[in-house]
Amino acid sequence: MLCKEMLGSLSDYIDGDLEAQLCAEIEQHMAGCGKCRVVVDTLNKTVSLYREHGHEPVPPEAKDRLYAVLKLDCPQSGRES
Amino acid sequence: MADPDYPPDGSHCSIGRICVTIGCFLSSKECLTSASQLSEVELIAAARAGRQDAFAEIVERYSGTVYNLALRLMNNPQEAEDVMQETFISAFRALDRFQERSQLSTWLYRIAYNAALMRLRKRRVPVQSLDEPRETEDGELMPRQLVDWTTMPDELVLSKEFRGTLDAALASLPESLRSVFVLRDIEGLSTAETAAVLGLTETNAKVRLHRARLALRERLATYLMPRLADVRQTPAGVGAGR
Repeated sequence: MLCKEMLGSLSDYIDGDLEAQLCAEIEQHMAGCGKCRVVVDTLNKTVSLYREHGHEPVPPEAKDRLYAVLKLDCPQSGRES
Repeated sequence: MADPDYPPDGSHCSIGRICVTIGCFLSSKECLTSASQLSEVELIAAARAGRQDAFAEIVERYSGTVYNLALRLMNNPQEAEDVMQETFISAFRALDRFQERSQLSTWLYRIAYNAALMRLRKRRVPVQSLDEPRETEDGELMPRQLVDWTTMPDELVLSKEFRGTLDAALASLPESLRSVFVLRDIEGLSTAETAAVLGLTETNAKVRLHRARLALRERLATYLMPRLADVRQTPAGVGAGR
């Protein structure tokens, strides 16, 4: 397997969506190719950084305004909006 | 004498005795159970019957993803809030027409996505980046940055500047890649649900997700490499991030 041949399968690989045979071929390639190992590791790290830090919660005041617009009671504040 | 068809004190049902008057069709479970404990199908039925706490529960369950999708697409908190409000107003008005062929979440996120797209089209500015990964002859994206930056010091990861870099890198992606990445990798939707929200095939969603990840990896590497070099040259090993 060449570097560019495995490049297109890397997301499926890190998501665990690849067939076992292809997984084994990628791992065999990475064992002898430091550059591809770095790409896989940093791709994995990129995804985990965004999973951990990428979600921006609704600001409480924006949530209050949403409840007010919808004319609903805000369950968290316990007061009528 | 207590009527067995509705709660005696009305405490579990926001519309109380009116249930009987209008012939409420909710099952006793839907009527008596706290909205937070209802399944999606039960929640929709409760909202259609006018239960205020069911509407509030829909907001509680789905506003987080609606807001983050809108924020990442608009890159503007005020516009994200406007999109979020439009989404729930439109959805609640149309709830009777929701045919439950998709999940409620998918339907809501699609409304939000379309609302954001309409706004983006009004202020369309093409996004180009100098750090686009190069495409090889067969269309794959060839990585440029081949330095391992996975062992970052906590101080760097937790810094406000790095968080800003994560946001800026994501914001620099084309909308077509950003939307897939936000739904799939940040909000944790399945490939199938992401594709349904965005009106893509699953194969197309996977291709876009892969391109988004590769592009973000390049951008983060470009930012991190000089800072890691600084850290490694500093005897203390930390605190040298600019």
